[in-house]
This record gives sequence, structure tokens and C-alpha cells, in this order.
Amino acid sequence: MSSPRDVVITGIGLVSSLGEGPDTHWQKLAQPGLQPVLEAARFAPYTVHPLPEIDWNLQIAKRGDQRQMETWQRLGTYAAGLALDDAGIKGNDELCTTMDMVVAAGGGERDEAVDAAILAASESRNDRDVLLNEKLTTELRPTLFLAQLSNLLAGNISIVHKVTGSSRTFMGEEGAGVAAVETAAARIRSGQSTHILVGGAFQTEHSDMLLGYELAGYLHRGPWKAVWQRQGTEGGGVVTGSGGAFLVLEQREHAMSRGRKIYAELGPVLSGRARRSRGKLDTEIAALLAQAALPNGKLLALSGASGAHAATTAEKAALDANPAIAARGFSTLTGHMKEAQFPFAVALAALAVDRKAAYPVFDATAEKPFEGIPASVLATAIGYHQFEGMALVNAA
Amino acid sequence: MANLRDHMGRPIVAVTGIGVVTSLGVGKTDNWAALTSGKSGIHPITRFPIDQLNTRISGMVDFLPSSSKGASPLTYELAELAGVEAVAEASLDSNDFGGPLFLASPPVELDWAERFSLYNSDKDKDDTAAERLLRVARSLKELDIFETTQFGSIADRLADRLGTRGLPITLSTACASGATAIQLGVEAIRRGECDRALSIGADGSATAEALIRFSLLSALSTHNDIPEKASKPFSRDRDGFVLAEGSGALVLESLEAALARGATILGILGGCGEKADDFHRTRSKPDASPAIAAVRAALADAGLGEDEVDYVNAHGTSTPENDKMEHLALSTVFGERISSMPVSSNKSMIGHTLSAAGAVEAAFSLMTMRESVIPPTINYDNPDPAIVLDVVPNKKRNAGVRTVLSNSFGFGGQNTCLVMAREPV
Repeated sequence: MSSPRDVVITGIGLVSSLGEGPDTHWQKLAQPGLQPVLEAARFAPYTVHPLPEIDWNLQIAKRGDQRQMETWQRLGTYAAGLALDDAGIKGNDELCTTMDMVVAAGGGERDEAVDAAILAASESRNDRDVLLNEKLTTELRPTLFLAQLSNLLAGNISIVHKVTGSSRTFMGEEGAGVAAVETAAARIRSGQSTHILVGGAFQTEHSDMLLGYELAGYLHRGPWKAVWQRQGTEGGGVVTGSGGAFLVLEQREHAMSRGRKIYAELGPVLSGRARRSRGKLDTEIAALLAQAALPNGKLLALSGASGAHAATTAEKAALDANPAIAARGFSTLTGHMKEAQFPFAVALAALAVDRKAAYPVFDATAEKPFEGIPASVLATAIGYHQFEGMALVNAA
Repeated sequence: MANLRDHMGRPIVAVTGIGVVTSLGVGKTDNWAALTSGKSGIHPITRFPIDQLNTRISGMVDFLPSSSKGASPLTYELAELAGVEAVAEASLDSNDFGGPLFLASPPVELDWAERFSLYNSDKDKDDTAAERLLRVARSLKELDIFETTQFGSIADRLADRLGTRGLPITLSTACASGATAIQLGVEAIRRGECDRALSIGADGSATAEALIRFSLLSALSTHNDIPEKASKPFSRDRDGFVLAEGSGALVLESLEAALARGATILGILGGCGEKADDFHRTRSKPDASPAIAAVRAALADAGLGEDEVDYVNAHGTSTPENDKMEHLALSTVFGERISSMPVSSNKSMIGHTLSAAGAVEAAFSLMTMRESVIPPTINYDNPDPAIVLDVVPNKKRNAGVRTVLSNSFGFGGQNTCLVMAREPV
């Protein structure tokens, strides 16, 4: 039963190593046996899924604006622009100035050259605090602070795309993406908002972004493998990717009144915080699945599994425990996109619902085929370290 | 029987617990005593060397066990202290709070102390700095350093410590973060998702690099000679804000649930308003229209008219631009009445606590109403003739205050305003 206050998806903006836009992603991912785009040399021993060629001018018209952002902010602003375009909101003053926004953000694209120079100098100096003052006061680019600051992705979206109803930035890896989508949906369902831009981006091609995983040994090393095949291999199992995913979520009544195409309805969005150190992740994932009001019959699941050994093992076991579920681990083809992972999963789920077709297996040895029309699709993001979420995406 | 629904039929949100830490001390009692006696917490920087620095003063919290341990440990400790104080005042179990957590905290990065230590622990190989850090990182046996770099880890630890429910939300809306954390809690209660929520703003990120970053943007005061006089909101010779640390926490509760369990009602969180600015990354639109819209949205959300606000707890950073813009916004919304409305800035005493500011100042706003005392704007010796406001200059004022507007404006076009009331309207 549809209701005027349902949350529907009317815009999708995607960027990954596979390309940009929902159509490109659908066309590529629908090809059986698609090979991932990999960069194995630049960050060896780590493999990453790099950004595709992007003409930033297409979504960020002013060069001056582009210069005020590091790649992560530019990527997010670009993906947000794609979603706004797709929803027919870009350039519509009335819709933009009343549009709310929740961004799932990381940040911290530091100046690697400045840092390397400071570290090199630290080998021969004991007064390292003084060294820091000397170097940072003279060598830091003044605008870099803002160009890598977490809430300035949202700030740039306001400046470039004029989205100014409200602006909130959530932080906290995959959990930030889950909470952003969950909060946005709750605001629409309760009548606190009519249309919200929600999403995130991750730019992995920076040593600090890899370091954020590797301080706990989470990255996979050695030859690339599909996301479900990394247990027992060298390293921690995560292969990262650069990308971004933004969604326009809208109250059904609002979308219909302006005659927009609806990709899908966003059903229940669930989040959790398992006490993982106490071995509670399995039961938490099972509890979330139980709350998701899964439909009877077979179910396609877009899994955001990162490859991190413990979390991926737990998620696979939980999904395998329900023989009706046919999972697709999309990180095999995009890499893990941290804050953007959950919005990306929801976007791919919405595309399958909209195109009335399932994705072929991304890994023939670990995934099973799905025949027929997926009327509902599950999207998951089980954090590589903490926080879990999932959502059910239904036919419009 | 009290009315339990607001003018829009939503559950009224009460405050039943308050916690606060600033450079003036730990807890409401010490802070309030200092604040109402016009005492400044701004002092010379001792945490790191001040060689080469143009700004050598701050409102850092230097008296906690974590004060010298880095931004993540200190931010956690600040949040925990304020959170525990608030939950205890609400007479709830501080190990089993039983509602969601909304944490405003600064973005985290690997501290330089750790960066130096990792880099210099393995000098043998001929590799780049980045390669070396990654190689050393993957052989670490403990998660301590890793967790300081995860944006969600402080909230995760707090959730364990305080027994909050569900996935805790960590957020950043720059200098409006604390107010946004409160807004998220209010909205969750109004949606009926929970009976109570814990909103905390905490910021212990005043590192040398943070100071230098703000300095390079010319945002900080360089009045180093008499630290306690450096923060002078609305004065003619104001020259920037003073970087500071602190935390504020509120237990928010539906009035119905609070009354049902016999809790003391400390105040009402009546309305929240926000509006993003698309003008510039650090500067506000010259006509102040986004700040004006945020104030009006907060009043509308609270169901209050412009003539029903008794006092404004200003953002009042002491930067030339903010104070001018805030005055324009307030005089536009309140008209001629603004010159006779008390408008004071806590930042004149505690500096700018960044991610915590909105929560710290909401805590002080609630205490202002409860105590019928308005904290002053200190260092108001040289009024800016272009800003005609009753800033409650230099000395506290005894006055009955029924309603407060608290403003928070931040980089990235963030504008969030809260309206609080002493009693349910």
C-alpha cells in the first residue's frame, strides 16, 4: 500500500571506477563477467579501484570553486550534482532553497608533500613540536584547511548547487552513510522534510586514506581477489575504491505533484551497533534482517561487504543462512567506498528495482543466480570495524 | 495537567539534565560561578611551544588527565564528563541511559605525536614517508592509534560508557555542531522514535596544527599580552576569536515521559531553525539573509513571536565579520526592540569552543533562565558604534528570563538557532 508520505528515490548520482551516472553503472554491472578497474602499482602492495576520468566542469562550472576543494570534496560535489540533475532539481531555485541535505563525510586529505618534509626533518630533530610550528606556519596552504574539512563537502554543495534548506554532516565511516539515509528517510516520513539530498563520497587515492584502514591492518595485500575470496589471504581483506553516491529522497506526494520519475520506494532503514568485541556481530546482523520485513520468496541483496575478514565472514554467514537471499558483493567491482558505501548500495538496489532485473553474479564461485523481477531488494553496509545498517528498497 | 503537545501537535521536549566543561572548570556549579562573576578562562598556551605562532593564547582545557594526550582522547573525556553530569542530574542511570546519542565532535586525524612516532620507529628502509607509515601501521598490535583516526570511535566508546541505544550519530556542522546535535535529539523525540535522547557537543582539538590552520585564515585574535582581555565580542577593537575547548551535554526528554517519572524540568527546548548559506566558504552573505532565516525558522518552530524573546545568547565570536553580521541579523528580525534586548556572548569568557559551542551555550542559556541571572559580555570597554546592542556589559544582570534564542553560525554556511523556554509555552 503506497502512502503520500512514503519515501521515494527520484535522483541518483553515482561515480566509481566503472564510470559515472546510473545508466553507465547499470549497463556495466548488468554485463556478466565484468572485470574490475584496478590500479595495483601506485599504492603497492595495495590495489585500489581508481577514479574514472571526470570532466569536473560538467557539474562544477567555476574553476575558482574547483580550486577551493581537494579531490574528495570535488568528487562529492560532482556526484551530488549528478543526483540533482537526475531528479530535475538542479537549477530550480525554489526546490534547491527548500531542499534539506545530509552528507556522510570523512575528510582529511592532507598535503602529503608538506607532511613528508616534516617527517623527514624529524629524523634529525628532537624539538619536533617546534619543527611543526616552523613548517606548518610557513608551508601550509591557507585554504587547504577548508578544502579537506568534513562539513565543507556540504558547504560546497550549497555554494555550487545552491542547496540551502538545511545542511548537516554526519561522520563515522559506513555508519555515517547509514545514519544519513536513515535520518533523511525518517524526516520525510514524519513530515519534517519533503525532499532531501543524501549521500557521500570517498577518495581513496591518498596515503592518509589508506592509513585510516591500515593502522588496524584492514587492507588486503597481494593479488586482487573478489570480495568474498579474501579470507586467509595476505592482509586484512579490504580493497578500497574511489567513488561517490548521492540520492534524492522525496516524499511520494511531493515527487508526484511535480511529475517526476520514481526509481523506487525506500522501505525500512535499519541501523545497529553490535558489541563486536563480545562476538555479537552475527546476532546483530540477524536481528537487523529480522526487522527488515523481508518479503516472502527469493530476495536480491546488494551487499556493501568490505572484505574485512571478521565483518565479511559474519555478513556472509547471516546472508547464507537465508537460502532465499541472492547476494551481490558490489565491492568486488567498485572497491570499498567507506562513507559512500551504504548510499551506493541503496542506489544499486533502486536501479535493479527500476530496471526490473537482477544483476548477474559478480563472483561466480560465491554468489548464486537470481532469475525474475526483483520487486524488493535489500541493501547492506556492515562496517569494516564498527556500525551496521541495511535497507529494503521496493518497487515504486 | 500540563499541556504535553506543542503548537504543532508534537511532543514538547524538556531538558532534564545539563552537563558542561570549559576552561573555567568541570561542571555546572564552577562554570556558572565563574561565568556570572565575569571571569575569563583564556590563558597563555602551554600545551605546545609557541615559537613562530602569531596567536599564543587560548581557552584550552588543560586540567584533565587527557589534556596532553591528543585531540581524540581529550574530546572523549570532555564528552564523557559532560554526559555523565547531565545524565546524573536527570536521575537516570549513567551506565544505561536508554536513548540515542547525538555527538557533535571535531573531525579527527592522526595526531602528529603518533605520526612522528610511527615514522621514526623504522628508519632502515629507503622508502617514502607514506610507504613507511603504511608499513609500520600494518604491524601495529594495538588498536589505540587506529581508533583515534576513526570518525565514529568517540561516539562508539561513549555509547558503551553511557549505555545509549542504537547507532550513535557523530556530526559536524562546524561551529554550529553543538546546536545541531541538540536539534537532532529534539527531532527524534518529536518523531516519537524515543522518549529521551542525549545530545553532546565536545571539542578537545586545540592542537598546534588546528591553531595554525585558523591563524592562516586570519580568524584568531592576536591580542596575546593580556589573554583574558582578548575575546571582546561587539567591541570596536575585536580582532578574531579565541580558540577554546569544552563540552556541553543535554538530556532531552519528552515532557510527558519526564513528568511521568517525576523528573525535574530544567527547561523546554522549544524550537530549532536552520538555513544554509551559499555565499562563501567562510564568509556570510552580506545581507545576513541565511542567519535571519535561521532565527525566524527557530522562532516559528517554537511558535514564538519576535516580541516573545527575552534574551539572546549570541554566537558573538569576537571576529570583525561575525559580530557585524549577527547584529544585522538580530536587528532585522527584532527591529528597534533589539537595542533594549539583552544580548550577551559567553565566548567573551570561554572563547570559541567550536564543535562544542552550541551545546555549551545552550547549557548556559538554560541556566540563565533557571537562575534569573544573565552572564555578561566581558571586555566591553570600547563599544563598536556600528553595533548598538545591550550586550550586558562586563557585569552580570539579575533579570527574569522566560525565553532565550541561542545562535550558532559556522564555516561552510552553517546557521543553526535554538529557542529555549523556562516553562512549557
